Amino acid sequence: MSEISLTVNGKRVSGAAEDRTLLVHFLRENLGLTGTHVGCDTSQCGACVVHVDGKAVKSCTMLAVQASGSSVVTIEGLADGADLHPMQAAFKEHHGLQCGFCTPGMIMAATDMVNRHPEGLDEATVRAELEGNICRCTGYHNIVKAILAASETMSSKGKVRQAA
Amino acid sequence: MGIEGVGARVARKEDKRFITGAGRYVDDMVVPGMKHAAFVRSPHAHAQIRNIDVTKAQAMPGVIGVLTGKELKADGIGNIICGWMIHSKDGSPMKMGAWSPLAFDRVRYVGDAVVVVVAETKGQARDAAEAVEISYEELKAVVDAPKALERSAPQIHPEADGNLIFDWELGDSTATNAAIKAAAHITRMKIVNNRLVPNAMEPRAALGHYDKAEDHYTCWTTSQNPHLARLVMSAFYNVAPENKLRVIAPDVGGGFGSKIYIYPEEIICLWASKKTGVPVKWVADRTESFLTDAHGRDHVSTVEMAFGMDNRITGLKVDTIANLGAYMSLFSSCVPTYLYATLLSGQYDIPAIHANVRAVYTNTAPVDAYRGAGRPEATYLLERAMETAARELGVSPAELRRKNFITAFPHQTPVIMNYDAGDYAASLDAAMAAADYAGFAERKADAAKRGKLRGIGMSCYIEACGLAPSAAVGSLGAGVGLWESAEVRVNAAGTIEVLTGSHSHGQGHETTFAQLVNQRFGVPIDSVSIVHGDTDKVQMGMGTYGSRSGAVGMSAVAKALDKVEAKAKKIAAHLLEADEGDIVIENGALKVAGTDRQVPWFQMALAAYTAHNLPSGMEPGLKETSFYDPSNFTFPAGCYVCEVEIDPDTGVTEIVQFVAADDFGNIINPMIVEGQVHGGIAQGIGQALLEGTRYDASGQLLTASYMDYTMPRADDLPSFKVSTSNTPCPGNPLGIKGCGEAGAIGSPPAVINAITDAIGITDIAMPASPSTVWAAIRATKH
Repeated sequence: MSEISLTVNGKRVSGAAEDRTLLVHFLRENLGLTGTHVGCDTSQCGACVVHVDGKAVKSCTMLAVQASGSSVVTIEGLADGADLHPMQAAFKEHHGLQCGFCTPGMIMAATDMVNRHPEGLDEATVRAELEGNICRCTGYHNIVKAILAASETMSSKGKVRQAA
Repeated sequence: MGIEGVGARVARKEDKRFITGAGRYVDDMVVPGMKHAAFVRSPHAHAQIRNIDVTKAQAMPGVIGVLTGKELKADGIGNIICGWMIHSKDGSPMKMGAWSPLAFDRVRYVGDAVVVVVAETKGQARDAAEAVEISYEELKAVVDAPKALERSAPQIHPEADGNLIFDWELGDSTATNAAIKAAAHITRMKIVNNRLVPNAMEPRAALGHYDKAEDHYTCWTTSQNPHLARLVMSAFYNVAPENKLRVIAPDVGGGFGSKIYIYPEEIICLWASKKTGVPVKWVADRTESFLTDAHGRDHVSTVEMAFGMDNRITGLKVDTIANLGAYMSLFSSCVPTYLYATLLSGQYDIPAIHANVRAVYTNTAPVDAYRGAGRPEATYLLERAMETAARELGVSPAELRRKNFITAFPHQTPVIMNYDAGDYAASLDAAMAAADYAGFAERKADAAKRGKLRGIGMSCYIEACGLAPSAAVGSLGAGVGLWESAEVRVNAAGTIEVLTGSHSHGQGHETTFAQLVNQRFGVPIDSVSIVHGDTDKVQMGMGTYGSRSGAVGMSAVAKALDKVEAKAKKIAAHLLEADEGDIVIENGALKVAGTDRQVPWFQMALAAYTAHNLPSGMEPGLKETSFYDPSNFTFPAGCYVCEVEIDPDTGVTEIVQFVAADDFGNIINPMIVEGQVHGGIAQGIGQALLEGTRYDASGQLLTASYMDYTMPRADDLPSFKVSTSNTPCPGNPLGIKGCGEAGAIGSPPAVINAITDAIGITDIAMPASPSTVWAAIRATKH
């Protein structure tokens, strides 16, 4: 067992976990943050994507102890209070989800994608960058549409902020 | 149509919880005292169990119980059954082998559950499962259905001699043989429909909780039909009587058919909860899902399509061997029979059809309905044969199809179905226009300049949905009726709850069902709650599969709304001192037509519950129920066009455009319908290009993870061009045909027709992976 302490969605948390505990299980079982999902055993599906110190990470590829001292953002921490993050809003507006199971990982991967491409995104780039996230419901059509739309919103918001 | 009514592109109400991580799936459920289960599964495809030793496992840390099939039998838990009786052509009933939820004498596929361990943590349960010692005597296995019928094949179930479950036929053999004998041209093909793993992103899970004080069970499960689960677990598996068993299917992360069935794990979690005295949760890992979720397809067929001098089809003869795996899953028998052979007329006027289907046991995972279920197999066979025939006859594939289209309705096919409405030429025209079919030759020439092989293919599919008229399916062997129920509760302040027996696992019922209510009563969709997925809340229902939620589930809601409307108008007429026949509902109020006299909806509702001033003799309250049983199947149809470019050096196929033109009847929410089509097409392209389920000869599943089984990713697919041209369905009050499966049904033949066109060959195996395509191109050069 190890003592783990980290920041999750802006709050300091700590707890004891077996050394073999994965970050995703720590988030789900110790902290009750069940928005992060487990869809495979091989780090392929991306349902468990969270942000660790600002980078998208598959939380099934990381031991909880490895995340000790880090700052983690999960899907539960993405919205600004009652205001949805532009990526969340775009997924809803463009019907980028059906069963919702892959959605948290998709949204977390997509926000990271937009952040890594300040120059903007095109369809081919979005499709290539979604390599690590599997959806079985949507055929990706509306996910791609949502990410492109959110990318526009996020960059125009950035510009407004810069101008101000 | 209002902004929230029928036909509006309303954003989904349910999305809020999913995009904020607040969805509640079975694995998210925690009940006090809950412990964890792990299964010990057979590593062999076929073996006799010699001995099971659980002593070491019982002594492992955290272990609460280690339970075996013998104890399960001793407690009277029944075998898993197939609920659809098929009779062979000699009149004998299908040969169903015994399927114990925990195997105790013999295992028949890799993944067969043998022992369950319950422990404090999931990790401890798994550690202890590894300590269970089982000695097996390995037996010869067979995974391929045609081989399972050979005399040398191992016998899998004592009940099914030669592994043959049934040998069934449909249609007129004599007339079909005569048509083939007299044909001017016959197209003959062998058609293989590859085995697929459904792969809902949420793995199956179950949480069983036995409450000793109440002698009552609760089961949270990943089900598309919780009421069916309760019925079957009560009536056939002897888990608990219905009144002592509550089944809840909360948010469910996709189904595609694989979550229709009642599997060993939910039965065992309930039983183990009583046995151990603790709530027991099990969640599949992905490899367990690959091994034990019911697979789909796996047909091997031959087809003979006969044509007259005028290129009209005169007869169709089909012989199919269907692999049902190691055990008969709940609806496995109806998939290669009444959901398959009945669709072999396609969109075409074919005077004589005969199909023979043999269903076979093998040492593989059970096979049952997967998105489309039988209809993709029929469509693939028919549309591959049609395309090949056009090439052999030297005519345009589009025109050969058009010449043979059914154009007058209703149309009785020779294989049971009575098509009620459609306009197949309209879909064909729409698809060809959207694809710029006429400009293909130019694009092909351009691709050739770039060293690429470009091909185009089409597919005109039909399906039978809206499952299904209860008496009709009963006469064909179904053990259940396929009606749907609805209850509409108008609350005292006018908000509404709709309870439905349909179940949403991605389809968007919470939005579309509310749109229907909004259309009728003008109540905002935020004031309408859709309740589903809980047997304590909804009395009974048949669930969601076979594209039935709209056509059947919403029709039940519409019927209940009729009754609510009738009573509401009576109350309003009484309050307004008007004639009931003069009351109309507009903009959230009940009005006397042609006057400004009105009573708001909420006031009428309040009047129903205060009951101070109701018509004489009227009962207080406003709540109505309906059980809707459809009068016919529905017949969605459409035309898909796929255009590919192949790199001859690597065999990589790029789908450069994919066009879908569908006829779904009336549409409640076009945005949701388009989403259903997108997802279906992706699964169909997955079948055609990427997804191959591989067992080795000893029965080991080689494709049991996402490292080995190629799921369609975003960069495997293009954006799709989808449209609809709709003919309302005359068979239900809403005119809905259903849209859930079309994409998966129509797309595989379009893709393969395009690839074979590009390479200039007759056939290629699915999945047409780069290595398969590359080899096919090489073969044309030798």
